[in-house]
Amino acid sequence: MDRNSKKAWLYLLPSIVLLGLFLVYPLIDVAVYSVEECYNFASQSYQGIGLYNFSYVLHDPYFLQAVENTFVLVIITVPVSTILALVISTALSSIKPLRQLYQTVYFLPYVTNTLAVGLVFMVLFQRTEYTDGLVNLMLEWFGAGPVDFINGPHWAKMFVLCFYTIWVVLPFKILVLTSALASVNDEYYKAARVDGTSRTRIFFRITLPMISPMIVYLVITGFIGAFKAYSDAVALFGTDLNAAGMNTIVGYVYDMLYGDSGGYPSYASAAAIILFVIVLTITCINLLVTRKRTPA
Amino acid sequence: MNIELQGLTKRFPARGRKAKGETTAVQDLTFTVPDGKLVGLLGPSGCGKSTTLNMICGLETPTAGKIFFGGEEVTALPPELRGVGMVFQNYALYPHLTVLQNILFPLENLKGAARPTRQQMRDRALEAAKLVQIEELLDRRPKELSGGQQQRVAIARALVKEPRVLLLDEPLSNLDARLRLQTREEICKIQKKTGITTLFVTHDQEEAMSISDFIVVMKDGVLMQQGAPQQVYDDPANLFVAKFLGTPPINVFAGEVKSGTLLLAGQKALAVPGAPDGEVWAGVRPEGFVPAADGPVECGLNRVEVLGRDTSIVCTHPACQADTLRAVVRPEQLSGPMGSAVRFALKPEKVFLFDRAAGQRIRFGGTTA
Repeated sequence: MDRNSKKAWLYLLPSIVLLGLFLVYPLIDVAVYSVEECYNFASQSYQGIGLYNFSYVLHDPYFLQAVENTFVLVIITVPVSTILALVISTALSSIKPLRQLYQTVYFLPYVTNTLAVGLVFMVLFQRTEYTDGLVNLMLEWFGAGPVDFINGPHWAKMFVLCFYTIWVVLPFKILVLTSALASVNDEYYKAARVDGTSRTRIFFRITLPMISPMIVYLVITGFIGAFKAYSDAVALFGTDLNAAGMNTIVGYVYDMLYGDSGGYPSYASAAAIILFVIVLTITCINLLVTRKRTPA
Repeated sequence: MNIELQGLTKRFPARGRKAKGETTAVQDLTFTVPDGKLVGLLGPSGCGKSTTLNMICGLETPTAGKIFFGGEEVTALPPELRGVGMVFQNYALYPHLTVLQNILFPLENLKGAARPTRQQMRDRALEAAKLVQIEELLDRRPKELSGGQQQRVAIARALVKEPRVLLLDEPLSNLDARLRLQTREEICKIQKKTGITTLFVTHDQEEAMSISDFIVVMKDGVLMQQGAPQQVYDDPANLFVAKFLGTPPINVFAGEVKSGTLLLAGQKALAVPGAPDGEVWAGVRPEGFVPAADGPVECGLNRVEVLGRDTSIVCTHPACQADTLRAVVRPEQLSGPMGSAVRFALKPEKVFLFDRAAGQRIRFGGTTA
């Protein structure tokens, strides 16, 4: 090792140590926990090594419910929020007056606390003995019967969760897409106008391909973020998510560790590893698909 | 198809919250681009030449004035109905499309009866590509092309719709010096081949002079002078045009006219019959100096630059507005070694007088056109 590379390693040392201690080691530890059977937290002992933890988790109806919820959430919120963000940011870029104001308004949810917003959503949607809630009030105008969104049927709860998630992730996407749109050189639009290109064609043939790297980025991070959803569900339905049937995979992991039924780090680790594998697979698929579609 | 501008004016609202009023980018511009000619619109940065171009192609609406293409008024028409082809400064080639797709793009915008079939589109695109000699690059993407090749693709894209008028915005400014020479020949050649009325904008006087049939000089949104390049060079209407055209630039002296004689720093320099008495700016083209042992203009010699074909004498004169003045002479006009001073006679046809206040040309006996 020559002098220079020694120096380089020295400079990198603090971050390597910190990353190793708090990121790499826990990751390995989780993998280790997930194969240790009947691990006892108090005595730090286990009885064998095998895949029983995975088998238990995969047969746990709560876990299967959590996986289903998470997938529904991902499949609905990622495309809907991305398309909505695209529509809103395109609209934002095409208006001149009050643009700053609108941008601020759309960005506000991003700086607002998740739990506080969740509470507000609960108030909007919840049915109590005294009131049907604001949303039900509006539904009645259209002749639709009151639905208990917070304690009612599963689809209604899922709807609230998706609605809420989309609302929370939207600001960041709008921010990214607005700046992506602003970075497209005006000359392309001028050239298109001189050639008499229609607005739809400009959007689909010029704007969209130009900002596609940003859209890919948003979709991939959106998938990862939605797979890790947990606090949103807690904010709306409280901490006992299993009882509400609204648990997510991360929520299941948390419950296995600290919940009322908790104290099972091995099961939690196994669930976490499963989540990791799912996210990895989906991200790889995403990358493969987008790489094929973006011309070399 | 000639382009005719009548009293074209463009005012923009002033920028910034506190700024009030308007800035005038183009002021009462009237000129005609003759049919089938290559015309250079020339001026320093910010003189409104690009705004003029944008108004002609329809991207900007004029505040006042009219635009005619071959007698037909197009002032209110949107760009696509004017039949213009435009080449942008940065070419504006769509980076995600291949060269062929870029050239096809304008044709694919056509609707209804005007829309050619797929095969016709392809034929026309290939024809345009052949015209600018990029047939072998059709499957490449813009970023895989050199600046000159991108330029040609942009021209092909502008020409594929067979426009009535071709507009080029600073077509050579993004190219390196060698490519610039080659490309300007190319543009000239393509223009001659197609015979399309072409207007191009540039801030580079050499570029405009070398290929234009006709140049239009602008400053601060106002037309300064128009005419054939040589004519404008030989007979500038004002000090600005005289200074703007020509490399090396014209030498400007603070002079005075007294009873038909031009005085530079109090010394008689040239007879200027017919010029009124008073203080003037005297512009002398570098080739207007003739070394002469008994010449009336005495300059302090700085250095002599030998360029082969001709020789530059860099020297000083008390009345000269710049630090040094430059005289371009033929080597055979120099005889023997030179001392610390050099004397010149002036060629009257290379000397222009301008009034001190507005810089307008003062004509005198020898050079009345």
